[in-house]
Amino acid sequence: MVETAAPPAVRMRDIVKNFGPVEVLKKVDIDIRAGEVHALAGENGAGKSTLMKVLQGVYPITSGTIEVRGEPIVIRDTSDAERAGIGMVFQEFSLIPSMTVAQNIALNRERLGRFGLVDDKAAEVEARRIFEDLGVELDPRATVGTLGTAYWQLVEIAKALAKDATVLVMDEPTASLAKHEVENLFRIIEKLKDRGIAIVYISHRMDEIRRIADRITVLRDGSVVLSDTIESSSSAQIIEAIIGRRLATELVYRDRGADRGAPVLLEALGIASDHVLRDVHLSVRAGEIVGLAGLMGSGRTEFARVVSGMDRPTKGQLRIDGRKVVFSSTQKAQRAGVALIPEDRREQGLVLEHSVSDNLVLPVLDSIMSGPFISRAKTSRVTGDLVSRFGIKASDPFAPVSLLSGGNQQKVVVAKWINTQPRVLVMDEPTAGVDIGTKTEILEMVREFASQGNGVLFISSELPELLAVSDRIVVLRGGTTYRELERSDIESEEQLQLIIQGEPA
Amino acid sequence: MTIPATAQRSLVSRLSARMDWRSNIIYVAFIAVFILFAITLGNDGFLSGNNLLNIVRQTATISVMAVAMTFVIANAEIDLSVGSIAGLSSVVTALTITHVGLVPGILAGLLSGAVVGAINGGLVAILKVPSFLVTLGMLGLAAGLAQWITGSAPQPITNDLYVEVFGGGDLGPVPGLLIWTAVAVATGWVVMNRTRYGRRVLATGGNPTAAAYTGIRTAKIKFLVLLTSGVVAALAGMLYAGRLESGRFQWGQGDELTVIAAVILGGTSLFGGRGAIIGTLFGSLFMGLINNGLILAGLDVAQQQVVRGAIIIAAVALSRKR
Repeated sequence: MVETAAPPAVRMRDIVKNFGPVEVLKKVDIDIRAGEVHALAGENGAGKSTLMKVLQGVYPITSGTIEVRGEPIVIRDTSDAERAGIGMVFQEFSLIPSMTVAQNIALNRERLGRFGLVDDKAAEVEARRIFEDLGVELDPRATVGTLGTAYWQLVEIAKALAKDATVLVMDEPTASLAKHEVENLFRIIEKLKDRGIAIVYISHRMDEIRRIADRITVLRDGSVVLSDTIESSSSAQIIEAIIGRRLATELVYRDRGADRGAPVLLEALGIASDHVLRDVHLSVRAGEIVGLAGLMGSGRTEFARVVSGMDRPTKGQLRIDGRKVVFSSTQKAQRAGVALIPEDRREQGLVLEHSVSDNLVLPVLDSIMSGPFISRAKTSRVTGDLVSRFGIKASDPFAPVSLLSGGNQQKVVVAKWINTQPRVLVMDEPTAGVDIGTKTEILEMVREFASQGNGVLFISSELPELLAVSDRIVVLRGGTTYRELERSDIESEEQLQLIIQGEPA
Repeated sequence: MTIPATAQRSLVSRLSARMDWRSNIIYVAFIAVFILFAITLGNDGFLSGNNLLNIVRQTATISVMAVAMTFVIANAEIDLSVGSIAGLSSVVTALTITHVGLVPGILAGLLSGAVVGAINGGLVAILKVPSFLVTLGMLGLAAGLAQWITGSAPQPITNDLYVEVFGGGDLGPVPGLLIWTAVAVATGWVVMNRTRYGRRVLATGGNPTAAAYTGIRTAKIKFLVLLTSGVVAALAGMLYAGRLESGRFQWGQGDELTVIAAVILGGTSLFGGRGAIIGTLFGSLFMGLINNGLILAGLDVAQQQVVRGAIIIAAVALSRKR
């Protein structure tokens, strides 16, 4: 931490941002100092992204002042922000997949060589220098589209650095990274700090915030509710600041008294597939939530795809109610009572342009028919019922689902599938990118669904929530069942983490 | 991000890194069809120098329009009006040359394309109307206008210099249309691959949001791309007028489909972000090759259309990712 009298890299005062009559930011103050990692936390819709978009010049502010290194500036558009040295690493990556790494880094400020033509060699030299400084090995001539997401992020960071950014905003930078990639990113962040670059780190993950950040600002409903150093704020304080008066106890395991003798609903015997899976055994009993843990690439998603009929196993057997089943399509799986809530709600779970209502009734169209036509009355009844039962905050259920916040979109997905009355629900990262308030609500929906005598297979890389809902946890490793643990045998998150990492515990 | 998707994509990308067949398929197809015709139609004069030069002459207008269309498609837009613009500019040029003079005629022809292109570009860039709809409307509008102002009558061009320069003449043994094609392709290649403008076109087509965040004025780029497409289509219409010594509203009719097929066959992504100018040239020559071969093989116009349509479908299918 740097304690100097020098003005902060960015000082924002009394920032107000209105969208029409809605006040999204209510006089927000924040100081970001050179050489610090400043965590920005808050639920979805608390105003974090808006605050950063204002700094980035995506939206103009309604009122307030922004100073960069002591100089008051006006940020009207993204190029103003860029000139002020503010760079952004976007959550939804902003690169051109068809171009090379070097071309992306140099985009729109290409150096010109002979005859005023673009000099790609100079761009490659510049890119190579930036990567060397960061201690990263990446070929500047590689086409971005062929690289993995972790590299995309590195290219984004390099792109910002190439524009001489002194403030770097990272929005959920670890959301799509595997564990070792996260370590790599943290190493780079440390380097950037040493160079005096100020980093705003937006994240939902408490462990990361604790580890990497120097100070934290928490927003709730458009106002700053906590602003302090990391050392002097406990995790409990931070979580309370984020969620407000609501209790933070939902992320604690509650034994719902699931019957250990209940019949087995879903059973997998030695499942193997073309991708990854080699030998997976597991079972889910009625009323039970089974957590599926493992590293990236351990086969969790692949297994979910097999169980829900998207992929066919090459070996092994699936049994429902003890009877062998072969799913040649997702429809077959659904008829047998298996529903999948896929990993990516925007791509796989929802028709974004369609209304909340249309999305909700899509899998149950047969039940809302009146003769050959869709009954409007039945549609309204089903929609109203689901919206209130699952606490979906939608001002107009007939407006596009894309207008809802990420958390509410995910509730729509969960409601939509639970409403089909499956007997086994497979959930793949159901709370990814969802704020902690919505997360606890979704976990409660899962518990309730299981308590009605259904089975749930719950896939998550977030151990606290996995530990909060699972009655049993199956750990996959390299496409095989590695360990099976009763919830009561797991004492701590660390213990589970070690098992997942494959170390003797 | 699902694991199988990543695994599949990396497999696909590894394969395509090795052979990149999607963007290079045109060369394979071109050589294969050429050899096929050389064997089966060699006795019908396919291989004669005159016939091969004829293919170049007949495809010149397509090649020129296809170079500009490569920018349009790389920008994730489409221009369906190029054929009609060609017809319109051919009659505007012919009428102006007859009634005013040579230079005004040339300028008027180019201006007609610029006006239509600016309307296309303005509606797409400013009013955000999809280019498919705008240019579909303009396809009928420009063709109708060309027919209307000429009362459906052909407009002869008697100016020898014009005919000589715009497609009718040769430079020694080299047909003028071959030179036009070469200039268009060379210019297109440099602009696409070695200028900031080319980069901005590719960036806007590859990821418009990212391009905008990077500070590229994407609306302006879209406007310029469609404007250029209009002007170049007008030039193609003037080449028709020179080669056929007249302006006619029918010149260029239906060319838009051949042009688009040539671009897609050449390896330019229909989803934007990639623009292969050399591929486009071969796509265009390939279309000419097929036409020529089918005529030599004795197929009638209807049969040619069926085969051409099948090729367009195959081209789009092959250009699709995964």
